[in-house]
Amino acid sequence: MIKKLVVVMGLAVGLVLASANAGAQKLTGAGATFPYPIYSKWFSEYSAAHPGVEINYQSIGSGGGIRQITTGLVDFGASDGPMTDEQLAASKLKLIHIPTVLGAVVPIFNVTGVSDLRFSPDVLGDIFLGKITSWNDPRIEKDNPGVKLPNETINVIHRSDGSGTTYIFSDYLTKVNKDWANGPGKGTALNWPKGLGGKGNEGVAGLVRQLPGSIGYVELIYAMQNKISFGAVKNVAGNWVKGSIEGVTEAAASVKQIPADYRVSITNAPGAQAYPISSFTWLLVPIKAPDTAKGKVLKDFLNWMITSGQSEVSNLYYAPLPKVVADKVLKSIYSLQ
Amino acid sequence: MPGSLKKVIVPLSETNIPRPDVSIEMRTMEVALPEETTTSPEQTRPVEASVVRKYLLSRGNSAIADKSFKALMAICAASIFGIVVLIASELVISSQLSWHKFGLEFFYKLNVDPDTHLPTFWDPVAGTFYALPFLYGTLVSSLVALVIAVPLAVGSAIFLTEMCPKLLRGPLAFVTELLAAIPSVVYGLWAVFVLVPLLREHINPVLMSIFNSEIAVKTLGWTGLVGETGLFGGVNYGLGMLAAGVILAVMILPIISSLTREVMSAVPHSQREAALALGATRWEMIRMGVLRNARIGIVGSIILGLGRALGETMAVAMVIGNRPEISKSLLSLGHSMSAVIANEFSEASDNLYLSALIEIGLALFVVTIIVNALARFLVWMVTRGVPARVN
Repeated sequence: MIKKLVVVMGLAVGLVLASANAGAQKLTGAGATFPYPIYSKWFSEYSAAHPGVEINYQSIGSGGGIRQITTGLVDFGASDGPMTDEQLAASKLKLIHIPTVLGAVVPIFNVTGVSDLRFSPDVLGDIFLGKITSWNDPRIEKDNPGVKLPNETINVIHRSDGSGTTYIFSDYLTKVNKDWANGPGKGTALNWPKGLGGKGNEGVAGLVRQLPGSIGYVELIYAMQNKISFGAVKNVAGNWVKGSIEGVTEAAASVKQIPADYRVSITNAPGAQAYPISSFTWLLVPIKAPDTAKGKVLKDFLNWMITSGQSEVSNLYYAPLPKVVADKVLKSIYSLQ
Repeated sequence: MPGSLKKVIVPLSETNIPRPDVSIEMRTMEVALPEETTTSPEQTRPVEASVVRKYLLSRGNSAIADKSFKALMAICAASIFGIVVLIASELVISSQLSWHKFGLEFFYKLNVDPDTHLPTFWDPVAGTFYALPFLYGTLVSSLVALVIAVPLAVGSAIFLTEMCPKLLRGPLAFVTELLAAIPSVVYGLWAVFVLVPLLREHINPVLMSIFNSEIAVKTLGWTGLVGETGLFGGVNYGLGMLAAGVILAVMILPIISSLTREVMSAVPHSQREAALALGATRWEMIRMGVLRNARIGIVGSIILGLGRALGETMAVAMVIGNRPEISKSLLSLGHSMSAVIANEFSEASDNLYLSALIEIGLALFVVTIIVNALARFLVWMVTRGVPARVN
């Protein structure tokens, strides 16, 4: 009986191994959770169009993605924030950042009797710093003429889990608010001067909904999918802009100098209608793949992603790369080995 | 004794095969069942060998099987030690970086920012990591949970074993066990959507008005537990230490309750009958006859509940407020060790940051061991020298 079982199991293992060998290519990647919906759509569509290619992506977070690609555990990584110079230097493989889509972060609020609000950059920073503590503060009133603001204490809600959303938001505040830059700074998790933490976009949105007088920030996609109203932010050109797919793409297009390694922050971009709290999200790809066959597949996938994949991005509320950037990225992909 | 067992024993005593170990086994059985074995030889009916005996005779030598079985079981037991050692060593090795930077102060330092004079325990951007608020949050929320859950659990167990009408006992016990089967994320969601608003709008205002009332401040102000800086001072967010403690209490309630019930129903009826016969009221009977005999088991179940409360992650992370601060008020926001690991591990790309998170894991490991050791010590102190009164 047991012998039979062993034989059967042996056969099963053999079969599994054989089928793994027969399947042409299996790529694995790991990293950011923010672009996971579009990535999984791309990967399944690409696999359907290219039989034998299987791309497996684990959305374990940017930190995990960076760690796994730098130690060579996966074929590609993904991150919402660019890698630091030290991280790049510590990597086993020489890596390049490939921007894939754009995302944005929007301020959401729950103020009694108020449905629409505008925030100028320094006011937004001072609210999250805890310097402005009441909704009827003259500085908020100045930004919102005609809006009747209640005398309500401001509750700050932030992300409790480390996230790319926090990175983008704090990157923006670091650029526009000196005290923020000298205080909390930018990162995926911060030492928040004020407020309480909710887990994930849904946690922040849930707390904002529950606590009167609260303000928080979520991804643009999350707010759009769940029909949450959000505030407008004043951009560099002086216009009040609400987060939108077009505004985000324009932000990327209006950045004058995109460096060759694409490690660039596009928050506070100069374009007239550019939404200021926007960012790229990147795939981390080895310049010279250790396994040439896999490298070839990955290169082909990246090519497909930039040429055909971009068209379906906006269905999922992501912003596509502007043409200038897409053309540049395509050239970088050709140079991969 | 059922008849089938008798059948096994009788032929053993009659067939006289020279196998010393079997005969010893047989003798012990004879002691255990004196009446049956003494009466059976008198019944001279021929008995055929039982199924078990037939199998034992046919299988050949068992020495190898016995020894390898023993070895296998030893490996199983050793694997537990192996796993613990592997976890501990991995935690120690991976937390070296933060250990070297912060030393032992990591666990107890009340770090204050030199510029702002505000306490900063956890600043991933600046690379400052101290674990004190997380330790505090884990211990205090678990303590609150125990304070709420233990009386409820023991009370419900007493009702179920001693007073409950038979008709209700089954359903009530089933519902208690059902509570234990609910995943902690579901508890967390329930806490966020139901418990927290309930606390914020109905329960906390009552607690605040009692504890912060003038009369309470006048009479009990010296304790430091009442008033604006007391147990229920500060801003009422709904979230915070109390919410975490309440949800933990709900989660550990079924564990403590069902184990306590098992222990109490294991107390022999003779104890209860004796107490009642001597003129005890029902409460006295429960106190002297049942609770006293079951106390070790009850403490054990409380320890198991505490273990779950200390390690609980998701539900706590969803309601504790996730703010690394230390405040006396139960309404204030806090943080716990497991919550910070779950929240920040996946995005921690900096080596020191990661190492600090792993060191928090190590702290949690050590705290659990210490709490368990303390609890065992407590049990030992209580039971030392007292003979077991069962039978």
